[in-house]
Amino acid sequence: MRKSSRRLIVIGAAGVLLALAAGLTLYGLKDSVAYFYAPSDVVVQAKAGERVRIGGLVETGSVARGGGVISFKVTDGVGAVAVSYQGDPPDLFAEGQGVVAEGVWRGGDTFAAERILAKHDEKYMPREVVEALKAKGEWKGTP
Amino acid sequence: MEGDAVTAELGAFLLSLALAMSLAQGALGIFAGWRNDARLAAAAAGTAQSAALVLLGAFAILISLFLRSDFSVAVVTANSHVAKPLLYKIAGTWGNHEGSMLLWCLVSATFAALLATFRGAMTQSLWSRAIGVQGVVTAIAIAYTLFLSSPFARLDPAPLVGRDLNPLLQDPALAIHPPLLYFGYVGMSVPFSLAIAALMEGKIDAAWARALRPWTLLAWTMLTGGITLGSYWAYYELGWGGWWFWDPVENASFMPWLAAAALLHSAIVTERRGSLAAWTILLAIVGFGLALLGTFLVRSGVLTSVHAFAVDPKRGYAILAMLSFFVGGGLMLYAWRAPRLSEPSGFVLVSRESAMVLNNVGLAVAMGTVLIGTLYPLLLEALTGRLISVGPPFFNITFGPLMALLFFALPVAPLLAWRRGDLVGAWRLLHWAAFAAAGAAVVVLAIVRGPLWAAFGIAVGVWVLAGVALYVWKRAGSFGRVAALPLAVWAMVAAHAGAGLFTIGAVAETSFRKEQSVQMLPGQTVTFAGRNVTLLDITPREGPNYSAQRGAFRVDDRAVSAERRFYAVSGMPTTEVGILSGFAGDFYIALGSPGEGTVGPQAWTVRLYFNPLVQLIFIGAGLMGLGGALGLVVLARRRLAAPAAAASAVPAA
Repeated sequence: MRKSSRRLIVIGAAGVLLALAAGLTLYGLKDSVAYFYAPSDVVVQAKAGERVRIGGLVETGSVARGGGVISFKVTDGVGAVAVSYQGDPPDLFAEGQGVVAEGVWRGGDTFAAERILAKHDEKYMPREVVEALKAKGEWKGTP
Repeated sequence: MEGDAVTAELGAFLLSLALAMSLAQGALGIFAGWRNDARLAAAAAGTAQSAALVLLGAFAILISLFLRSDFSVAVVTANSHVAKPLLYKIAGTWGNHEGSMLLWCLVSATFAALLATFRGAMTQSLWSRAIGVQGVVTAIAIAYTLFLSSPFARLDPAPLVGRDLNPLLQDPALAIHPPLLYFGYVGMSVPFSLAIAALMEGKIDAAWARALRPWTLLAWTMLTGGITLGSYWAYYELGWGGWWFWDPVENASFMPWLAAAALLHSAIVTERRGSLAAWTILLAIVGFGLALLGTFLVRSGVLTSVHAFAVDPKRGYAILAMLSFFVGGGLMLYAWRAPRLSEPSGFVLVSRESAMVLNNVGLAVAMGTVLIGTLYPLLLEALTGRLISVGPPFFNITFGPLMALLFFALPVAPLLAWRRGDLVGAWRLLHWAAFAAAGAAVVVLAIVRGPLWAAFGIAVGVWVLAGVALYVWKRAGSFGRVAALPLAVWAMVAAHAGAGLFTIGAVAETSFRKEQSVQMLPGQTVTFAGRNVTLLDITPREGPNYSAQRGAFRVDDRAVSAERRFYAVSGMPTTEVGILSGFAGDFYIALGSPGEGTVGPQAWTVRLYFNPLVQLIFIGAGLMGLGGALGLVVLARRRLAAPAAAASAVPAA
């Protein structure tokens, strides 16, 4: 085989692999990207069917459990969103603490979360929550 | 604490001394390489060894500060407590930003000292230049530590108690996971130094590639061990049954691992066939760049992650500047010098070297998708101001198929000869593996009734595993001679078989895991995954620095306990799961919160998981690490056996 045609095959094979990777990447990014919203923004800004993360503080006195479902409100001090979650929240989940609820936004009164994140290290609130609180002027920690 | 008034200051002094020595090492080494001067080279090597000792002294001082709970030192106060067990007082030394940066410096200096001690087949100028570059790496890391995150900073006035180490990190696996990972990360600096030294030399030959291999293999093996331990820790400590979350920081350690894996293979081609030299150099530069990127991602807190330590933009920018200096500088040197590197003209399409190229392209592309998924949120935020996160499905969709494609070729490569391979001959042997894979797929589809992609994934794992077994069979020729195969064969076989086992475990766990959350009263029995689970009782228990509720369970007729711990100093609860490992998988119990729900105040939330074949994940990863360790033994022996023959480039097998 001549050198040029061999090079063509190698470049062609690499090109196919790259194209496959690019296709998979675009497809994957379309479906598994979650947009972050503050509780007071999500109702107005989120589109139905969009995967969202809502971050804020767990509103004090809002946590209720029953039948394996936990429901609570996420607040940024301006607005609050009711969240329900089937299952057990993480160890660090507590009233007044930072939390991120992830799921698909479908409108309506209650957001059905598929995943609840509470930061594993209690010293740091999720950065997204801090940004949301700062944006709303509710941040009380260090700037 | 008055008696220790100078200990921390002595540490800071030693660190400054090490900075000066590393700078001297850098200048001496590079100058010695340029002049090809034996005495200067020896001086550079001696400086490297002494600098490592000085840093070891600084690190020992930091450990002693933690052991004595000297709360006048800021980093001790933030991460330790008198009531903490001894092991975790020591582990606390690197369980924080400042201490872990000191460890980074120590490891970098240690590698420089090792490079200075084990010259092997390297020419004198290459050797001294590599020591010099490694000195620059160490010096910059020390400067960062000393000026932006000194572990020896004092607090005035000193508080009486410390804030304790994050309880999640108070675990034996986590005591050794960070050092192993750091050895892996920083270990990638040696291939980088060798690559830069080779670019300075303007010459790459088989001896260079031979010198590169053990260092790459060492870094890869350490990374494998560190990542595996971290994953196993997440599995039994976080209490969610998961072992990999595609968290940015996990990705940060995984990308250098992929680069090192690619580099391992391309260095073999460069050693045996002299080709791929430029690509090997590029991989070495990129690999270290990814290791630095890992440090940046972990340390700067720019990405939301369970691991992010310090949210201090100044440090982030400094690490980013380091990253640009090394990668940018390295790539510039590469662009300038690489075209001059002579390479033998091409190779035959069906041959082991082209299979290795496929391996490298596959690993590099897979690494690229992980990189995109990890950095895309940063990019989008910078461009549009929108905050997003990229979830695990992205990585499963992109990384999975690409690795599957790569694994198709894996068993074929060892069966092909260098220069010209025989694809028909390989298939004559491998069609048995194809039968086994097809059989496994049929079993998954028809009997377990799993989804198509699970059948496909498990078939790929079986294909790799059976292919490796067939290779052993072919190499040995008969059963009697299997034991007599050389260690080098076993090293490769262990690593490749590990990859196959890992694939089977990962696919089975991801697609067939069962989970259920139930409310249980003591004495109550529930049925889950075909077994009867009884909560016998819940008793309080006092640990050294925590109090716990221990739930005793019976699963069919085996006893297991799960705990919920509360660490008073930091006010954090943690979960200690109960795991019953069996042939088919792990039965995994986590004790949740008490006194809530509809069943009444005595009821406890209990999370039950069945993780099929999950142990194959850790066994497979462990086998890969074992393969790496065996390979290190082989390379070390080869070097000891024939130091003189090293100058020639004759392949050994």
